[in-house]
Amino acid sequence: MENKYLKDEVVRISGVDPKKCMRCGKCTATCPSFDEMEYHPHQFVYMVESGDIEPLLHSESLYKCLSCFACVDRCPRGVEPAKLVEAVKLSVIRQKESNRLKADDIAKYLDSDMPQQAIVSAFRKYSK
Amino acid sequence: MKVSYFPGCTLKNKAKDLDRYTYRTAEVLGVALEEIEEWQCCGGVFSTAKDEIASKLSSVRALKAAYKKGQPLVTVCSGCHNVIKQTNYVMQNDRDFADKVNRYMAEEDAYNGETDVYNYLELLRDVIGFDKIKEKVVNPLTGKKIGAYYGCLLLRPSTVMKMDDPENPRIIEDLISALGAEPVVYANRNECCGGYIALEDPKSAEKRSLDIIRNAKANGAEMIITACPLCKYNLIKNGADIPVVYFTELLAEAFGVKEENDGE
Repeated sequence: MENKYLKDEVVRISGVDPKKCMRCGKCTATCPSFDEMEYHPHQFVYMVESGDIEPLLHSESLYKCLSCFACVDRCPRGVEPAKLVEAVKLSVIRQKESNRLKADDIAKYLDSDMPQQAIVSAFRKYSK
Repeated sequence: MKVSYFPGCTLKNKAKDLDRYTYRTAEVLGVALEEIEEWQCCGGVFSTAKDEIASKLSSVRALKAAYKKGQPLVTVCSGCHNVIKQTNYVMQNDRDFADKVNRYMAEEDAYNGETDVYNYLELLRDVIGFDKIKEKVVNPLTGKKIGAYYGCLLLRPSTVMKMDDPENPRIIEDLISALGAEPVVYANRNECCGGYIALEDPKSAEKRSLDIIRNAKANGAEMIITACPLCKYNLIKNGADIPVVYFTELLAEAFGVKEENDGE
């Protein structure tokens, strides 16, 4: 998908208006996955707004969001960055053969105490 | 009183004790939990994408089943609660989404978010009342210093979940007090344990969980309680050297309906 359409798609399915962002960085400051991310939540917002989405598509940062909604709740402008991260990630994994997590991979991650909740949640986040 | 009950996948497998103590304590309080027939897994995480419909249908079916019985829908697991409550919210507030769901389900009666959704904690506070809980305590947990661990799913997004003040919650602390114990307030009680990232990046979950355990202990907690099987797993897996138990187990202990051989 060309990037100008991709930006429209990401904005549409996320319901987020990235122009509302005033670049205060609070989303990134409160993100528990900050250390694990190459592109931080505030950068997702800026890069989507400017149409510079390509680098995000190939970044591991897409899979570090914990869906904890800290950035969503604490943003003073109601931008809801996690919804943008989710939309960019979906634009990747919805492509053919682009599931991040495959059923055959599950066995190697499991231990005997791991709750079903972890497995179904990971599938929901990493696969279509 | 009778309520519809959505246990979820984990409560029928790795978290059977969470399910068992919920039934047992509800019985003490005169609440009959009527399990939704043929309920389906909620999927664990709510997708915020507006065009993601199929993955939310299991929640809609559960909500609709409760609506047909004229009952509120009660959840216990934080994951189920978050997914079902957020799904109910979009069914109430996103006309386009609700229309698509109702057409997809192709049933005569449409559903538009009418059902009241309570986490068991909210049922205890808002329907039964912590005063009544206090009256039922036969084994007060006097002297126990307990840290409530909310995690993220019960509280956020707060505009939808509406359980409590997302930055300074007190519902679990008030429950701890009602049971005769001493609540320990600590900063990280509403930060994420790492959640499902434990599956493919356990080091990341370890960092998140250790921050929580250290912070709770530094403030004097001798025990941590939670409503979430995944929070409990992450905290225990990543080095909690104080007990981490479900709030329902504590409730059962205080009500005198916990048995010594209750372990899995």
